[in-house]
Amino acid sequence: MFKYFEPNKIFSITSKAPKYVLFLFIIILTVGLIEALILSPEDYKQSHSVRIMYVHVPAAWICLGIFSMITFLSVIGYVFKIRNFFLISKSLAPSGFVFSVIALVTGSIWGKPTWGTWWAWDARITSMLILSLFYFIYLIAWRIYDNDDKAFKITTIITVAGIINVPIIKYSVDWWNTLHQQASINILSKSSIHVSMLYPLLIMTAAFTLFSLLIFLMKYNTELIKIKNKGLDRL
Amino acid sequence: MYGRKVKLRFFFVFFILIILSLSIFLILKSLEENVVYFKSPTEIKILSEVNKNKIRIGGMVKENSILIEEKKLRFIVTDFKNEINVVYSGVIPNLFAEGKGVVAEGFLKDRSFFSATKILAKHDENYMPPEVKKALEEK
Repeated sequence: MFKYFEPNKIFSITSKAPKYVLFLFIIILTVGLIEALILSPEDYKQSHSVRIMYVHVPAAWICLGIFSMITFLSVIGYVFKIRNFFLISKSLAPSGFVFSVIALVTGSIWGKPTWGTWWAWDARITSMLILSLFYFIYLIAWRIYDNDDKAFKITTIITVAGIINVPIIKYSVDWWNTLHQQASINILSKSSIHVSMLYPLLIMTAAFTLFSLLIFLMKYNTELIKIKNKGLDRL
Repeated sequence: MYGRKVKLRFFFVFFILIILSLSIFLILKSLEENVVYFKSPTEIKILSEVNKNKIRIGGMVKENSILIEEKKLRFIVTDFKNEINVVYSGVIPNLFAEGKGVVAEGFLKDRSFFSATKILAKHDENYMPPEVKKALEEK
């Protein structure tokens, strides 16, 4: 059924959406930044450097989430030959890549005042770097093979190989001794982060999600325009 | 229900996933020694031989164990089962304190004495404002 989405119909929605998303993003980012940088308390041990967390953690979550989505869409798209899913994956990837780099850079900046080092080759940090490289290869693959069956196959294989790394990133801190601390937020048990610090974290996550959505919509619109220009009336 | 091509593509992806997962699992399993960032004092205790290579040890800084001598810092790393004496001179990170996590890089002299060349602070997953910490301690 997804095969027969008409690009014109999708485009009429996705071309109007960005301005509303941008509006919402600016509001939530403003609230999130005020909460994170001014209203939230300092940490008992790290004092103000804890504020880096409000950028670092959401960025890491989102780049993991986007990679999982890309893999899911690519595999379904590859097995059932749904072209549209590949366009969605392709449009999601850039923001995922940017957030993986942001997570690494802010982690490095955070590591210096707390751990005493910019970089450590521990399991969490190394696996995160590998994810970043997978994003990079994925984007390069789209550059080399432009929207044809070969590109679909190759990008699917890249995502399937990369998805193995995602649970490794998640559980690296539990499986091995790492310099990186364990997860503070657990869905099933009580979080070890105080409520006053949890709220800004969640608001910032919402803001970053909206940012990804915004970039996605812009990229996706470009892809749809490309298809329209080719004169294809369906995806 | 689905065509032969669809099934073939499904199994193609499925086998790639299985084979890659298995090989990565085996690689990580065989490299476990190197994947861990540091060894605990207990793991050092059961080490078969003490070699001259640079290693990292980690654990908690034992309470009341930090001793500052002339240009030298002595402390004890513990995992609450075994302990290692560490001697170090150099820069210490801000979060280095008694009762907190630490990772020390350096050379093992014997199974209970370690000469560190670099010290990193390892902090835990707890985040809270100072007032809350105070209230918790008073309880």
